[in-house]
Amino acid sequence: MSTSRERVLARVRAALADVPADEPVVRPVERPYADSHGMGAALEVLEDRLRDYKALVRRVPADRLAEEVAAALERRGASTVAVPDGIDADWFSRTQAELRPDGRDRPLELRELDGVDGVVTTCAVAIAETGTIVLDGGPDQGRRAITLVPDYHLCVVRADQVVDGVPQGVRRLDPARPLTWISGPSATSDIELNRVEGVHGPRTLEVLLVE
Amino acid sequence: MSATFLGIPPFPEAARAAVNDSRLRHNLRKATHTIRDKRGAVVTELEEDWERLRSEGAAIKSHTLRHLDHYLEQLEAAVERAGGHVHWAADAAEANAIVTRLVRETGETDVVKVKSMATQEIELNDALAEAGITAYETDLAELIVQLGDDLPSHILVPAIHLGRSQIREIFLDQMAEWGVAAPEGLTDDPRALAEAARVHLRERFLRTRTAISGANFAVADSGTLVVLESEGNGRMCLTLPETLISVVGIEKIVPTWADLEVFLQTLPRSSTGERMNPYTSTWTGVTPGDGPQEFHLVLLDNGRTDVLADTVGRQALRCIRCSACLNTCPVYERTGGHAYGSVYPGPIGAILTPQLRGMSSEVDEALPYASSLCGACYEVCPVAIDIPEVLVHLREEVASGPGHLGEKAVMKGAEAVLGSSHALAAAQRAAGAARNLVPRHLPGMAGAWTDTRDLPGVPAESFRQWWNKHEKGQS
Repeated sequence: MSTSRERVLARVRAALADVPADEPVVRPVERPYADSHGMGAALEVLEDRLRDYKALVRRVPADRLAEEVAAALERRGASTVAVPDGIDADWFSRTQAELRPDGRDRPLELRELDGVDGVVTTCAVAIAETGTIVLDGGPDQGRRAITLVPDYHLCVVRADQVVDGVPQGVRRLDPARPLTWISGPSATSDIELNRVEGVHGPRTLEVLLVE
Repeated sequence: MSATFLGIPPFPEAARAAVNDSRLRHNLRKATHTIRDKRGAVVTELEEDWERLRSEGAAIKSHTLRHLDHYLEQLEAAVERAGGHVHWAADAAEANAIVTRLVRETGETDVVKVKSMATQEIELNDALAEAGITAYETDLAELIVQLGDDLPSHILVPAIHLGRSQIREIFLDQMAEWGVAAPEGLTDDPRALAEAARVHLRERFLRTRTAISGANFAVADSGTLVVLESEGNGRMCLTLPETLISVVGIEKIVPTWADLEVFLQTLPRSSTGERMNPYTSTWTGVTPGDGPQEFHLVLLDNGRTDVLADTVGRQALRCIRCSACLNTCPVYERTGGHAYGSVYPGPIGAILTPQLRGMSSEVDEALPYASSLCGACYEVCPVAIDIPEVLVHLREEVASGPGHLGEKAVMKGAEAVLGSSHALAAAQRAAGAARNLVPRHLPGMAGAWTDTRDLPGVPAESFRQWWNKHEKGQS
């Protein structure tokens, strides 16, 4: 409604009568704060933070990734697994699990997604200090729903995707993409402040850190 | 249909009842101290950078508020460019009408909701119910409050006033009426209660095609909306439905994407005492093939421009709803949130509520006094809102309004005595002589003051009298 729009804007302008007309609208970017806080080697810090959030973490060499993916799915007992259709097929050369590819053009039905045992993706960036993994919907990360509905999320993080601090992570990301920042499995502290892992999102988050 | 803050007595009265509830006080003390300690640890970890992030956060928000018209228009253009629709609501009634119309256009009668202060403020659920639309709260604490026909008592943990056995009873009594029933043999183990909520809500998430949310931030230059949460109910609502409607206060804007560098560090550490909350979702308009394909942003004024017009009170609009001020406040710790009579409790509520509502009632006039002015709230605020300054400013406004004749007369008399050294000396001599006759509790009108305070002891002589005696003795 344009009338409400004009009314609200007029009220805002009237409320700001004290602001000098020549005060610059654009704020100079100074960033007086640190990019990171020197808490240690990025991979070590990331691993520590993820474990603190009760995520499972394994450091794996790049040439053993297919074995490690297979082993993780087997440990979990995951026999059907959703995967984004742009993920590297080689990673699944050793697993017995049945793959259910998902893409924007051919999405899995929600009920089907609810029925799979887990999901495997990569990420866009990981932030060590806060133990955060960010997904940006890229072809190897997929639609937001696939990492949300299944109860187990296996995420492959490459060492070159890891930054130390939040500001560095924000600068690597494109806000035009839908982003999901994940710091450990779903959790709540709503009942007497007791932390309970796992409410609606995946109750188990496993991370393979590829060196 | 649901409980309301309307009719809750003014703070002193509501606080007296709350303070006498020993179970409430126990729950509150445990909860506020737990979060307070966690916050302290993760804030200390950032060492001196914390203060830099804090002042940068304050500067970004203050700057945005001073040019809010510019940033609102920029946000509107960016959201529309990305395929979203923008609506403007001058007050609660308009916002409720817009949301009701948008839900009706989807043809749905059920909506799922992400926890949102703005929609609580405008009492959206009641408005939707009148239109035959059921709004299902999906945050665990909000679900507890909704099923229990109760009111939220904390910004971040709305069911902080309830214990696990009370929550178990609410689930057993009410879940079946709202959807999937609680399992038989449900215990009061928090794990079991969370599992019951997961099962209860999963069906709802998979089926419901319209969602309503708020937002923690709206980025003007990119048109991006940001929601921070823990449980994943937010992701469910923001991702699975076909239509998403976000009701966002006009003060939630930050100018640029890069500004989030600051707030994504200060908000989680201040609110839950975590380095980062489990889930943060950001979206910019609609993404073909991923998430809701219809996105509506409702920009809400509802009194915010009145707050903006007050050059002292304006800083309250910097608030990012972390609730650190609640957890550190000695008054909140003893009274809990309900006593504040508003969806915004605690120190921030004591300055925000009366400004938003315009000090139109006894409840609002009492709120600026719901504080000892100890300043702990200012110390912990991640955007450095000087809450005590605004409290004193609002007290001035209350005192200069109609009424308070007795207080004004006393102050007038005090002005006459304190303004003249002769009058003061005479009064002090008289008081010293009569000191043993002063009761601990004052009679008459002044009794209201000593109801809650001890009258200070009157010294035998004033400092001036003592000084004069000693000076004379030595010369």
